[in-house]
Amino acid sequence: MARSFSFWPTLTEPLIRQNPVTLQILGLCSALAVTTSLATALTMSASLTVVLTLAAGIISLIRRHIPTTIRLIVQIVIVASLVIVIDQVLQAYLVEISRALSVYVALITTNCLVLGRTEAYASHNGVVPSMVDAFGNGLGYSLVLTIIGGVRELFGRGELLGRQVLPLAEDGGWFTPLGLMLLAPSAFFLLGLLVWAIRSVLPEQAEAAEHVPPATAEPAE
Amino acid sequence: MAGPDRNPWRRFLALPNESRAKTVGIAFLVSAVCAIAVSGATVLLRPIQTANRAAEEQARIEALVRGVPGMSALLEQSGGTLTTVVLDLGTGGAAAEVTPETLEAALADAANWTALDAGGDLAGLGQRPDYAQVYLLREGEDVSLALLPMSVQGYNGRIDAILALRGDMNTIAGLAVTRHSETPGLGARIEEPSWQADFPGTEVRDERGEMRFAVARGEASTPFEVDGITGATRTSTAIERMVRFWLGPDGYGPFLRAVERGEF
Repeated sequence: MARSFSFWPTLTEPLIRQNPVTLQILGLCSALAVTTSLATALTMSASLTVVLTLAAGIISLIRRHIPTTIRLIVQIVIVASLVIVIDQVLQAYLVEISRALSVYVALITTNCLVLGRTEAYASHNGVVPSMVDAFGNGLGYSLVLTIIGGVRELFGRGELLGRQVLPLAEDGGWFTPLGLMLLAPSAFFLLGLLVWAIRSVLPEQAEAAEHVPPATAEPAE
Repeated sequence: MAGPDRNPWRRFLALPNESRAKTVGIAFLVSAVCAIAVSGATVLLRPIQTANRAAEEQARIEALVRGVPGMSALLEQSGGTLTTVVLDLGTGGAAAEVTPETLEAALADAANWTALDAGGDLAGLGQRPDYAQVYLLREGEDVSLALLPMSVQGYNGRIDAILALRGDMNTIAGLAVTRHSETPGLGARIEEPSWQADFPGTEVRDERGEMRFAVARGEASTPFEVDGITGATRTSTAIERMVRFWLGPDGYGPFLRAVERGEF
C-alpha cells in the first residue's frame, strides 16, 4: 500500500466532501426511485451499505489473486450473489418493504456506486481500509437518500415513517400535501437543490465550465 | 524457500495471475462459492417466504370478505369463520380423498391435472388442476358466499385472483388479485381497489343461463359489465377470459350447479 491509511478521514470524507451521490453523481437511478417514503429509503440505504461493505471486504481479500482480464466479471459475480442473498432475506423478514423496493434491490448489482468503489478502491487496498471506505460511501449514499426520502414523505404526505407529522387539511389541519413530491421529478429537483447547496458551501466541488459562451459582440458603431 | 512447495493450494496461488490455469481456477472458485451462498440462502429462507405468502393470501381473503357489504355482520353470525373445501372440479362435489393439507402433494402429481384443448382454453393455461380449494360462508344451511381462486395468463405472466360470488352463484360480490406481473401504471391497476370496486353487484349470466360477463371497452353499460382499463386491453381481456373460463363448464361450472341444486 503506497498511502498510509487513516481511519476517520476514510470514513467521513464520503459523507459530504466526497459524497458519491452529490459529488460523483453515482447511483442516481435507485436514489430517485426508492425515496418516495423514508422507510423504503432507509431499507435501501441499509441494503446497499451492507452489500457494498461486504463486497469490498471480499474483493479486497482476494485482490492479489484476481486475474486482471476477468476482474470485472469476478467483482460483478460477487456483488450479484450478495444482492440476491440480501433480497432473499428481505423477502423473508421484511415482506412489505421488499415489495415496495421491488426491483431496486436486485438493481443494486448494477449500481455504479458499488462497482465504482470495488474497482477503484477495494481492488488496490487492504481489507480494513476497503471496508471502512465502502462503509463510508454507503453512509454517504444513505445520508442523501434519507434527506430526500424524508423531505418527499414529509411534504408529499405530511408523514414521517408512516406517522402523521403535519395535520392534513382534509382531516381539519392546515397542511395540503404536495402531490408532486411523490412523483419522480421531485427527486430530481431535490437532488439538484442539494447539490447546489453543497457546492455553494464547498465551492471547490463546483466543476469548471466546459464551454465558455462567446463574449457578446458589441454592435459596430 | 527450499525446494518446490508441495502444497497444491499454495502452488496454485503462487501462479502468475495472468496464467490460464489460474484465470480458469479463480473464475471457477468464485462462481462455486457464490453458487453455494445463493442456493443456501434461497433454500434456507424458502419456508419463511412461503409462510409469508400464505399469510398474505389469507389477509387478502379476509380483506375481500370484509369489503363485501353486509359481510362482516354475516361473518360474526357464523362464528367468523370460513369453511375450507377442496373441490373435485370434474364432478363439482367435495373431493373424497384430498384435504387442504394434502392438496399441495396431490397437485404435484401430473395425473391430477387435466389438459385443456385449444378451443376451451379461454384462460390460456394449457391445463387446469382437478382439485381446487375454495372457501364457503354459510347462512344457516345455504351457501351465502363462495370465494373461488382463479388464474389466467395475463399480458406479462400469470394473474392469480380470488372471485367472491354471492349465494345465488350469479352475482359477483368482489374480486381480489393475489398475484400478477402486469405493466405498472396500466395493467397493474387491476390490483387497485378503485377498479375492483366495480365488481360487486355485477352479474355473470342472464336469465337464460348464457354467460354474459365482460370487461367493457371503456365504461360499463350493462349489469354484466365492469369498466375496462384504458391502455391495458390485453389485461382487461385476460380478466374477462379468466372469469368466463373459471365459471364455465371446465372450471367451477359443475360446482355452481351443485350449489344451485342445494347440494352444498
